[in-house]
Amino acid sequence: MFLPPLLLLLSVATAAVEVKRPRGVSLTNHHFYDKNKPFTCLDGSSTIPFDQVNDDYCDCQDGSDEPGTAACPEGRFHCTNAGYKPHYIPSNRVNDGICDCCDATDEYNSGVNCENTCREMGRKEKETLEQMAEVAREGFRLKKILIEEGKKGQEEKRNRLLGLQESKKALEEQVAMLRTVKEEAEKPEKEFKERHQKLWEEQQAAARAARDREQAASAFQELDDNTDGVISVAELQTHPELDPDGDGALSEAEAQALLGDALQVDAASFREGLWAAIKDKYRQEALPTVPPLAEATTEMMLEVPEEPSPAEDEDEVPGLEEETEEDEEDEEEESPEDDKEPLPPQPVKVDEEVEKDKMPPYDERTQAYIDAAQEARDHFEEAEKSLTEMEESIRNLEQEMALDLGPSGEFSYLFGQCYELSTNEYIYRLCPFNRVTQKPNHGGSETNLGTWGSWDASEEEKFRIMHYEHGTGCWQGPNRSTKVKLVCGKETVVTSATEPSRCEYLIELVTPAACQEPPPESPGDPDHDEL
Amino acid sequence: MAAAARRRSQAELALACLGLCLSAALAVDRSNFKTCDQSSFCKRQRSIQPGSSPYRALLDSLELTPDALTVHLVNEVTKVVLLLELQGLQGNMTRIRIDELKPLRPRYRVPDVLVADPPTARLSISGRDENSVELTVAEGPYKIILTGRPFRLDLLENRSLVLSVNARGLMVFEHQRLPRNSEGPQEPAEGDGTPDEEAAGKTDKSEENRGKDDSDEPGAWEEMFKTHSDSKPFGPTSVGLDFSLPGMEHVYGIPEHADNLRLKVTEGGEPYRLYNLDVFQYELYNPMALYASVPVLWAHSVHRDLGIFWLNAAETWVDISSNTAGKTLFGKMLDYLQGGGETPQTDVRWMSESGVIDVFLLLGPAVSDIFRQYASLTGTQALPPLFSLGYHQSRWNYRDEADVIDVDQGFDNHDIPCDVIWLDIEHADGKRYFTWDSSRFPQPLTMLGHLAGKRRKLVTIVDPHIKVDSGYRVHEELQSLGLYVKTRDGSDYEGWCWPGSVSYPDFTNVKMRDWWANMFSFDKYEGSASNLYVWNDMNEPSVFNGPEVTMLKDARHHGGWEHRDVHNIYGFYVHMATAEGLIQRSGGVERPFVLARAAFAGSQRFGAIWTGDNAAEWDHLKISIPMCLSLGLVGLSFCGADIGGFFKNPEPELQLRWYQVGAYQPFYRAHSHMDTGRREPWLLPPEYLGPLRDALRQRYALLPFWYTLFYRAHRDGHPVMRPLWVQYPKDVTTFSQDDQYMLGDSLLVHPVTEPGARGVQVYLPGQGEVWYDVQSYQKHHGPQTLYLPVTLSSIPVFQRGGTIVPRWERVRRSSDCMKDDPITLYVAISPQGTAEGELYLDDGHTFNYQTQNEYLLRKFTFSGNTLTSSSADPQGHFETPIWIERVVILGAGKPASVLLQTEDMLESVLSFHHNAETSVLTLRKPGVPVAADWSIHLR
Repeated sequence: MFLPPLLLLLSVATAAVEVKRPRGVSLTNHHFYDKNKPFTCLDGSSTIPFDQVNDDYCDCQDGSDEPGTAACPEGRFHCTNAGYKPHYIPSNRVNDGICDCCDATDEYNSGVNCENTCREMGRKEKETLEQMAEVAREGFRLKKILIEEGKKGQEEKRNRLLGLQESKKALEEQVAMLRTVKEEAEKPEKEFKERHQKLWEEQQAAARAARDREQAASAFQELDDNTDGVISVAELQTHPELDPDGDGALSEAEAQALLGDALQVDAASFREGLWAAIKDKYRQEALPTVPPLAEATTEMMLEVPEEPSPAEDEDEVPGLEEETEEDEEDEEEESPEDDKEPLPPQPVKVDEEVEKDKMPPYDERTQAYIDAAQEARDHFEEAEKSLTEMEESIRNLEQEMALDLGPSGEFSYLFGQCYELSTNEYIYRLCPFNRVTQKPNHGGSETNLGTWGSWDASEEEKFRIMHYEHGTGCWQGPNRSTKVKLVCGKETVVTSATEPSRCEYLIELVTPAACQEPPPESPGDPDHDEL
Repeated sequence: MAAAARRRSQAELALACLGLCLSAALAVDRSNFKTCDQSSFCKRQRSIQPGSSPYRALLDSLELTPDALTVHLVNEVTKVVLLLELQGLQGNMTRIRIDELKPLRPRYRVPDVLVADPPTARLSISGRDENSVELTVAEGPYKIILTGRPFRLDLLENRSLVLSVNARGLMVFEHQRLPRNSEGPQEPAEGDGTPDEEAAGKTDKSEENRGKDDSDEPGAWEEMFKTHSDSKPFGPTSVGLDFSLPGMEHVYGIPEHADNLRLKVTEGGEPYRLYNLDVFQYELYNPMALYASVPVLWAHSVHRDLGIFWLNAAETWVDISSNTAGKTLFGKMLDYLQGGGETPQTDVRWMSESGVIDVFLLLGPAVSDIFRQYASLTGTQALPPLFSLGYHQSRWNYRDEADVIDVDQGFDNHDIPCDVIWLDIEHADGKRYFTWDSSRFPQPLTMLGHLAGKRRKLVTIVDPHIKVDSGYRVHEELQSLGLYVKTRDGSDYEGWCWPGSVSYPDFTNVKMRDWWANMFSFDKYEGSASNLYVWNDMNEPSVFNGPEVTMLKDARHHGGWEHRDVHNIYGFYVHMATAEGLIQRSGGVERPFVLARAAFAGSQRFGAIWTGDNAAEWDHLKISIPMCLSLGLVGLSFCGADIGGFFKNPEPELQLRWYQVGAYQPFYRAHSHMDTGRREPWLLPPEYLGPLRDALRQRYALLPFWYTLFYRAHRDGHPVMRPLWVQYPKDVTTFSQDDQYMLGDSLLVHPVTEPGARGVQVYLPGQGEVWYDVQSYQKHHGPQTLYLPVTLSSIPVFQRGGTIVPRWERVRRSSDCMKDDPITLYVAISPQGTAEGELYLDDGHTFNYQTQNEYLLRKFTFSGNTLTSSSADPQGHFETPIWIERVVILGAGKPASVLLQTEDMLESVLSFHHNAETSVLTLRKPGVPVAADWSIHLR
């Protein structure tokens, strides 16, 4: 398997001389390979006879004795690639049956026929470079315009901010003034409303007392089955719902206990004693329909005298009411599950009916105070709202002005704009300095791929990469985020949107603002470089 | 685009999960899978106590033919008569079959697993008394004693008991019967198969059978699991048998379980379960069933090895008990010192839900014998195409063609070798396998062409569930041909899987398999090419909305068999049909490569399997070793685990360590879940990428060694990756080791599987042996436990003194680029100054090695300071440009001169380099063709 070092004939335009060197050696390294001398490995590790260079056996640790074969694991093969760019490939690609060098020199013994494509590639590269240069020139011209516009825009914003701040000051004074007016108007309003309220509450209390008396009377009549004017134990027993121990029946003893020591009670003592004990449980024998009751209540209320109610009522009724409420609360705490059980028909509650009724309208004088105060409030609130809005505008404007819109403000034109890209499945929408979203083409809701975070932290990539963060969370994963790569171009357009890693998106935005000042055009013909 | 792919399948996954994995947490939801108690036959059988077997062998009924002995067994309680068929098999094996003498309906006997009818060895009666018969096997050193009451079998060798059957009296054979409340004969099953035809004439037995019914327990005639009902129209049909192994304390095998290599005693816990299941986020170190089931158990002691092969494809549970399990080391020593104590013994009990008892006893006596015996029954590992031993880059999912090309280019940009890129379910149009998503993969042939240009391959997934979709050709044809698995009512069974509603081709039907194989022809599978290979996932089969994520047991297969009968062999048939398809598409010339997840005994004949959906956790890395060792022990050598872990994101250190472990395991594929971050090697920080590239290069350099090991597995049935005890059967220290292993008989591997490891404790076995660290060449003497300090880049591997390992040291971008490269031989000298090794070579991809004898098997011997190359198999011939590049001799002194002598008796002097510090002698460029005979003399 001895392979004599194949010497290559090279035409090098700059030197215009032929340089003989072993296969795979670059022009800059050729002087290390002198066939008349033993070869010393480039790392100096050992020296070997020159006929062991490129003899398909690795002698040097650094692989330098086998630049043209695949024998060394760390070796490098130099593709001259005349007409295109020279470069090194790992020597394990020499004769591996795959064309790597455009000049086909890496496959000299593998049986594959590689074509020399260097000229074609060089031509294409030249075209591409020219196109890119043209784009860069035009892009940079546009960028300069953008910078000017950006400056103007920034100036406008500053002016607007000043204007807003002045208006704000005026508005603040107005708000303060209107607040005073409002507070003055609210004083009489409060006084008269409270008076009206108190009166109403007293009326209600009286009505409740009257109803309770009526209930007691009616209950007495019902209980007094033999209409003898007194209620006996037996009569009481006809109402099993009064059972205190929950066994469903009111025993004689229990009834007796209710009656106290007496064998029977008459109407007056019933109202003042027994009724209070049983009225929560007591069930009417025939439930009267509700509307008449409501009517009755209304009528009764109208009849209520303006004088305070009798003292007995005042003492009795509110007191009972409080007790009842407490009892109910206790029960609830002790056995909450009872709540769920369907309750038996409720004992009539006078209070509720009364409470449902509306407070009568204010008198004219009170109403006039209220109206005046309301007007003052409206004026004040309106002014205050305007102030909030103005503060919001100022804050937004300040935030906008605080954005880093490029070293010369060249990215300011992107603010407030949105750019879309449709792919097979999604419409991607990039609103620079704001947010990135993705919406399925065939229906479905929009997904947030991130809101504006920052420019890239690294010095080189700042103003080339934008980061949008904290988008919609991924299932079992992180929140979505997007990198936006800015590429120099004549237009502003989103050219690609991908998801290189799970929930991490990459969008490419072409914009003149990303163009750099092109180097001055070289005067000569760029064709001269053949390498 | 990519985002869509993920989103869409998330939605599908979410749907799929409704019935199954709502607990998308981090561990398996155990309630989705049965315990023995929840599987009525297991519960029934396990409740039987030892010592009261109702079975009696009717010795009067004994008949002896040249091939077998038959005898009736009667259950003295039910009076049901069974037929026992006992065979001696050539090569020191015995086969026991038990079936009902007059079954109501034939019972399933597993076809297609045995490669042939095993040749029998004649049995003769050599002794007899009133309750027993002694049988002698013509070609074996052993005798069999058949005892009548209670029935038992004892196998003796030189008067010592090797194995007993039904010694504990746990045999169960639930005969078929009619339901207690049934008025007439059981309705015959529909279909055209044997069981139904035979069932017709048997109903006259029904009265008798019904009368003696004794086990109408709950679960006997209908069984519920969660919301799933199993109608069990044929009632209880389970079988079970116990085996006692005196002198045995170590048993192995019965994969697949995420557990240690050495099987544990199951008393007081769950038995090992064999029932192919798609277990979401499986847990480690327990006996739960997984994707594959190989009902083979090995027992090993310092004296001998033997095996039990329980040929049954139904749900199976295996209980293991031991009379020494509870004893402390001190107790055992006491027994020993007192000279008394009982002999250690392991008892194994097999329980299966249906079918017959068909069991092979493999009597060794050496471990290499049981491998050979098992291989003679079920065949050996298919010889993989060379590329498939390289590195595989997979992910769920590479988005589109551009992504595939980028990944391909990424390997070249970072000078990392790779042979195969894989496409998971998203590549197909709506998971309609055999199709391509037209927006993401519009030009698959162009993409395949691009990869072929890099001498790389593509693998696409083709799962055995077919989307129910009237516009999908595959579905339409299978539906109209009636080739789907049926429900018990005879309609096409429909379940839920990746594509949504799906049906399952009935791979137990040969017509189905032929149809499927034909689908892989290049004109049928559009967009496929010769460098496209196939992956069968979900072939348990996985049914998202089925009981235990699989098919209903009362679903019907070809021939009227219930799914219950065939469950564990379904995946085997899928694998078989796909491999056959890849062979057929090349006109029988090319070797297939098919990866499957479910497997059964014999699946080794069809390709590779992997350990399923593991997780990026250190314990999962560790368990990959015993899991692949267990599979390898029972024939499935081509095994691997998802590098990096399928679920979750590995930290860089774990990812690197996994690449190092995988480099020394047979199937080497990185794979990851859709919801994990991208993790192509070059995304690692540079301090990890360097060692990772090095691990991959070690793998590729050893490809000739791997290929030779696979050839040996293919030819002799020897596992590629072996527990230490296989190589050191008398060294009890090795019997429970599963954190290190051997590759062939040459390399000992003890990979680093701990985070932040500073060193590993490596056990180097072998009295009077030496081991060479393959990195430092340092020599160590065995036996010893060596503390080896490690760094991030360390993969502790030792070459055994006395072996020769071939390498390809020019690691290129794919194995195909390397196949003609010169070979370097690593000769590790034993203390006796000897070494030997071999090298197998062929074209790497065709069957020509078989059909044309186009191969080389070279033998290298080092002895008396002479290294000799000779043919180990003169039948093989293969023309190859491969030559010998270098010989590295470990443990050598410095010679005065080195002479190379070739076939034509020419002598030439070789230059050499000797490193006195490491005692490594490197011989420069012998340059001789690998196919030639030659010798090298150190003077």
